[in-house]
Amino acid sequence: MIGWWVSDSRKLAVASRGLLPAHKWWLLRRLSQVSVLGLFMLGPMAGIWLVRGNFAASDIGGMVTLADPYVLLQSLAGGAVPIAPVVVGALLILLLYLVVGGRAYCGWVCPVNIVTDTAHWLREKTGLTRDRKLDRRSRLVILGATLVASGLTGTIAWEFVNPVSLLQRGLISGIGFGWTIILAVFLLDLVVARRAWCSHLCPVGAFYGLVGRAAVIRVSAARRDACTDCGACFNICPEPHVIVPALKGEGSPLVLSGDCQNCGGCIDSCPVKVFHLSARGRGGAGQVH
Amino acid sequence: MASGKRKVNRRTAIVEVARTAGAVCLGGLSLAALVRSADQADARALRPPGAQPEPDFLSACVRCGLCVQACPYGTLSLAEWGQEPAVGTPFFTPREVPCYMCRDVPCARACPTGALDRDIAISDADMGVAVLVGHEDCLNYKGMNCSICVRVCPIRGDAITLEEGEFNGRKIMVPTVHSAHCTGCGTCEKHCVTGHASIRVLPRDLGLGGDGRNRAGRAT
Ligand code: SF4
Ligand code: SF4
Ligand code: SF4
Ligand code: SF4
Repeated sequence: MIGWWVSDSRKLAVASRGLLPAHKWWLLRRLSQVSVLGLFMLGPMAGIWLVRGNFAASDIGGMVTLADPYVLLQSLAGGAVPIAPVVVGALLILLLYLVVGGRAYCGWVCPVNIVTDTAHWLREKTGLTRDRKLDRRSRLVILGATLVASGLTGTIAWEFVNPVSLLQRGLISGIGFGWTIILAVFLLDLVVARRAWCSHLCPVGAFYGLVGRAAVIRVSAARRDACTDCGACFNICPEPHVIVPALKGEGSPLVLSGDCQNCGGCIDSCPVKVFHLSARGRGGAGQVH
Repeated sequence: MASGKRKVNRRTAIVEVARTAGAVCLGGLSLAALVRSADQADARALRPPGAQPEPDFLSACVRCGLCVQACPYGTLSLAEWGQEPAVGTPFFTPREVPCYMCRDVPCARACPTGALDRDIAISDADMGVAVLVGHEDCLNYKGMNCSICVRVCPIRGDAITLEEGEFNGRKIMVPTVHSAHCTGCGTCEKHCVTGHASIRVLPRDLGLGGDGRNRAGRAT
């Protein structure tokens, strides 16, 4: 018996490979999202200061400063002349995501991802199918607009609305009416369009998507010959278009699009283990984990 | 044929680029309008010591809260949605918790962006300036000798003194702030005994007059 709560896209994999293997990457990245946030919350909540700050900039064990490169980019557009710590911190984060895959931020760190994933799951379970066509390039337009607005106002413009910042900062230090924006994102994803926020509108995702175009760690459809055309991976993937060239193309089996979140949903959901995590330069053959 | 097709393609490409650019500008303008509408409310925010002038501060501060977490007194907090200061930026409310003017200024030292000057000496801090706003309520103006604000000031004698004056024909001791020395720490506001503090810290541009002359004021 497969539980009612298992999403349809995982059912074939649960049947052929078991409940746990079909949720492996999902569990790992939820663990990652919760622990990153948890580390930041330990200080203010329990007085255990392993890390300080929040996702915008942080101090890791009093030794390293890390900073969000997209926030810094807006700050620069706003005319700020930042000092060394925040610049070095942003470069370190940039470097990290150049290795682990730009949008690994979305799949493995961003707390809004949990909100939108839940909305997506609820869509399926409630049979809501309304799907307004949104252009997935809208997010690049919004990304550009946030930089223009930062320049015009001399502030970090997107931070006035950014649900990602609101949620992480909110959980670490109080959110006020910010909940309404998170709720709006949830409802948008639930009733307006499939994966409306993360895959069409969010400029943070768009930014990390650009970083991801050159990222090292990539998913590979290495055993694509075994594909049974069940559609499970397309179903689970937040950015289904990225799978096509890797799975159905003649070229590299690597998912090369920057839009891929390295979330491992495809790996989890495939009943015949077509996908695994690999890296650029390994022709999709080698296994990373 | 082929070149005609290319021309059409080029034209659609140009139209596409123009439309995208238009959308970017439009989006940018709307977001800018939203941000500006938040500015008004922001004008009264008191920033941590060492903060750059407000316009520079708003572009430099990434809203990380490192200053907030560095303060041993819980003076600072990051603005939540619905509070006056720009969302996510650090501020303090002296009537709740003033700044205790730590000698080593841990808040400013913790700032990774330069939004707060890491090398600020606390006596040079300029979080705002105390202003005796409630002349009708201040007990000293009523002829009593409260002077709490003067007695609690960490730099009393320099930042605030008692000056003799006369009010309603009575001799009084006027708590008088000297803006060159007042850091705006808000200890006076915190301890003022009237229900709504009669002495309050305001950002300098709200709390002080300016030199020079107002031409309009002299007209006719
Ligand atoms: S291709 Fe796989 S790893 Fe990439 S976003 Fe889609 S499901 Fe996630
Ligand atoms: S100087 Fe001390 S009391 Fe004042 S805000 Fe900074 S850390 Fe807090
Ligand atoms: S530490 Fe600096 S950048 Fe961070 S919130 Fe405080 S003033 Fe802003
Ligand atoms: S704010 Fe008040 S207590 Fe603080 S320095 Fe100024 S006069 Fe003194």
